[in-house]
Amino acid sequence: MAPFSIYSFLGLGVPIIAVIYYAFQSEQGKPTLSNIALVTHGSYLLGFENSIVLALITSIVPGIIGLILAYAIATSRSATLKRLVATASGVLANFGGINLTFMFIATLGSTGILTAWLSAIHLNPWNFGFNLYSFYGVALVYLYFQVPLMVLVITPALGGLRPSWREAAENMGASSWGYWRYVGVPVLMPSVLGGMLLLFGSGFAAYATAETLTAGTVTLAPIQIGSLLAGNQLAGQENVGYAVGLGMFVVLAVTMILYGLVRRRASKWLR
Amino acid sequence: MASLIPDIVEDALVAVPEAPGRRRRPRLRVWRAVVLFIAGAYFLIPIYAGLRFSFENDAGHLSLYAVKAIPSEPGFSAAFWLSMRLAVVTLALTLVLMVPTSVYVHLKLPRLRRLLDFVTILPIVIPPIVLILGVLRAAPLWLRASPYLLSLVYVILSMPFVYRSLDAGLSAIDLKTLVEASRSLGGNWLNTLWRVVVPNLRSALLSATVLTLALVLGEFTMASLDLWTTLPVWIYQFQQVDAHVSTAVSMVSLIGTWLLITLIVSLDRSQSRRTRRRTNNS
Amino acid sequence: MTELVDATRIAGPAPAGARVSLEGLVRTYGATRALNGFSLAIEPGEFVALLGPSGCGKTTALRVLAGFERLDSGRVTVDGRDVSKVSAQHRDMGMVFQSYSLFPNMNALNNVAFGLRMRRQHATQRRQKAGELLELVGLSDQASKYPHQMSGGQQQRVALARALAIEPRVLLLDEPLSALDAKVRAELRDQIRQLQQRLAITTVFVTHDQEEALSMADRVCVMSAGRAEQTATPAALYSRPTTSFVAEFVGVSSRVPVESENGSVVLFGERCRIRASDVGLPDGPLDALLRPEDVTITPDETAKPFVTHKSFLGAITRVIVQVEGVAVRVDVRSDVAADIELGARVRVAVVSRDVLVAQRTATRPGSTQ
Repeated sequence: MAPFSIYSFLGLGVPIIAVIYYAFQSEQGKPTLSNIALVTHGSYLLGFENSIVLALITSIVPGIIGLILAYAIATSRSATLKRLVATASGVLANFGGINLTFMFIATLGSTGILTAWLSAIHLNPWNFGFNLYSFYGVALVYLYFQVPLMVLVITPALGGLRPSWREAAENMGASSWGYWRYVGVPVLMPSVLGGMLLLFGSGFAAYATAETLTAGTVTLAPIQIGSLLAGNQLAGQENVGYAVGLGMFVVLAVTMILYGLVRRRASKWLR
Repeated sequence: MASLIPDIVEDALVAVPEAPGRRRRPRLRVWRAVVLFIAGAYFLIPIYAGLRFSFENDAGHLSLYAVKAIPSEPGFSAAFWLSMRLAVVTLALTLVLMVPTSVYVHLKLPRLRRLLDFVTILPIVIPPIVLILGVLRAAPLWLRASPYLLSLVYVILSMPFVYRSLDAGLSAIDLKTLVEASRSLGGNWLNTLWRVVVPNLRSALLSATVLTLALVLGEFTMASLDLWTTLPVWIYQFQQVDAHVSTAVSMVSLIGTWLLITLIVSLDRSQSRRTRRRTNNS
Repeated sequence: MTELVDATRIAGPAPAGARVSLEGLVRTYGATRALNGFSLAIEPGEFVALLGPSGCGKTTALRVLAGFERLDSGRVTVDGRDVSKVSAQHRDMGMVFQSYSLFPNMNALNNVAFGLRMRRQHATQRRQKAGELLELVGLSDQASKYPHQMSGGQQQRVALARALAIEPRVLLLDEPLSALDAKVRAELRDQIRQLQQRLAITTVFVTHDQEEALSMADRVCVMSAGRAEQTATPAALYSRPTTSFVAEFVGVSSRVPVESENGSVVLFGERCRIRASDVGLPDGPLDALLRPEDVTITPDETAKPFVTHKSFLGAITRVIVQVEGVAVRVDVRSDVAADIELGARVRVAVVSRDVLVAQRTATRPGSTQ
């Protein structure tokens, strides 16, 4: 236990403390609030806003899609399909970054395969305002690992839905709608919320995909940190990156608190 | 007893012409087919596009040149071997750190399991980019000069997956009895861990290994910000030179990971099936 | 035992159960025939148990009746009306499942009120009725508990109240007691039976436990291989089984090899008639099936049979006697048995003058156990 405690303190605790500490330090080593003031205004504030919106979109949409997909698979009788999807989800959920970027450029880039197919029927998405290298392009690409992540998280919960609940509901005169409205959805709700929180965190933090896809041109908080770390900073603002990092902690903390409150309501039957 | 019953039955007789089982299933099947088709298209078309692009030359003709060129491209082998070294070091560190810790906590300090659950979930919650920000500032200079700083951080990143699979594996076996049996037969702690506990955790260790390797070989954020050209960083940089080659490398690494996972999962399945059969016979 | 309130007040005036008839039910899964021409007629207000080993089709029969399983052929009628094609949702049958069928996200009261909610009853009305039903099963104080806060027995009582809340035409019980421990099981058994009699609700009860079936039901239908083997009152089933399957499945029987000749056999030196229904068997080697109480023993130094085992069961003691290499179980009053030592020589006789016979089996399960 001791080696583990030391390791996780050095590897987790110290870096976190460093981020918080330097967020309040000026370049001269004096305590200051100017870094904080800077990141709560202008382009840094926009970065947070965009990141939060992106994280919301890429947690709610893939959350729902993942739930539907997981249900379609859970109710199937094919063991092969289940195994295939479980393996595929495990791989795809960890499949961010550079590989994904290349695949999507080859698919929906201006000369991508799908773009070519759609152009052939005069539906080239680029002619309708679509741009893969933009905010919504990033959101579309994020689906690729967020949906499998949701499938992984929610499948065990779907397995916990007992057939006898459905039969009991039907038996007492409930339609399919009645069952889902009063039993299925409420029972799944805590797991769905938990899954979406995970997706929110992963969408909010994702750097590699957005950076490689847009070459750092979208205004997102992680991209700004990367850019600051790579040396793109003004003199006297060397510690701004730490303030952005602290801001990301704050956003995540607030999200967790909100999640805790919602979950408490949704799962009062669990306690 | 049955005031509202007759009309309901009558309604039902009129409204529901077919047997219930027959009535519901086809609709569900069509619905499922549609969902699976859309999902399949979304997940498979990019893979197809990536593969297609890897096997094309600039003129858009099918060609193996990109795949053949991979090993000889400048910087590729350095990046490849750097990633491999990082993977091996990370894996060794992770197992040496996490296996004794989880075993010890399961055995002696079950009350600390909740704390361990919490600590090991943190790396999922903390954005990697913020973590590396803190690491680069806090690490001493001699460590910052070494690529193995990345391995040290990757150990942290892999903790959530590794601990969870070890925890599941440990919960599935009667660890206490196994260890007590071994100790009573004269085994010392190291012996017991190596000869009794580890063999029983085979599948948990396998999945921890796969997850760690996949994580290290695909990690881009930290490596690029620590300015080390690991395989993913090389792929990104090389697209300026030849995007076909870059894509080919990335597809090969995807397929390699996939095969590795499938192989290990199926090995594990056949192993556990054999074990079960043996148990049934006895 | 929980106190019961006046059930008629809740069930409304003049409760009348439905008449149910299952006719020639056939249901196959791939190559296996779960139901193979199963028929059963149930009188209004009757409590019928479906009894049989696992895989005999009893649960399938219940699920067909509930509307969860589709039929390959045959039909189900309720009060003369064919409901084979009515969905479970509209059948108005209350079902209690083996276990864990309470909705985990609702407390006991809302679970009971669920069916009424689906029938769009007013909230205050359904709460009141659900409260009354919880009172009926003796759980008024548990109304706001969630399923995971209740014991298994309490959960099954809530499930019972929930099934009764919709005033079902037929109450279906699918092994509702099998997940409970012995004491709770006995208590709930009595409670279900009392409620059923008060409400006079037609009830079908599936079980693999013969004691449960015999002690609760008006009639028991023993099933085997997807068919009804025999349907009769518990007493008739026990004392006059019409087939060897029933004789061996219900109660305990010893198998004794005999030779049949012109409809009679010689058993322990006495000639006995073969029971009418099995006369069809040809002359030759058969096994006689004997209940422990069909046989008496008296100490006799000169006799060959001797006592090999004794197990004390309270008022009676079950004695196993070795007769010409065959073990025969005999029930003896315990005070009498106390005087019989292990190894003592005894004379064996049959009480009744007609015996049930079966084709001789190679393994002879009755003689080895």
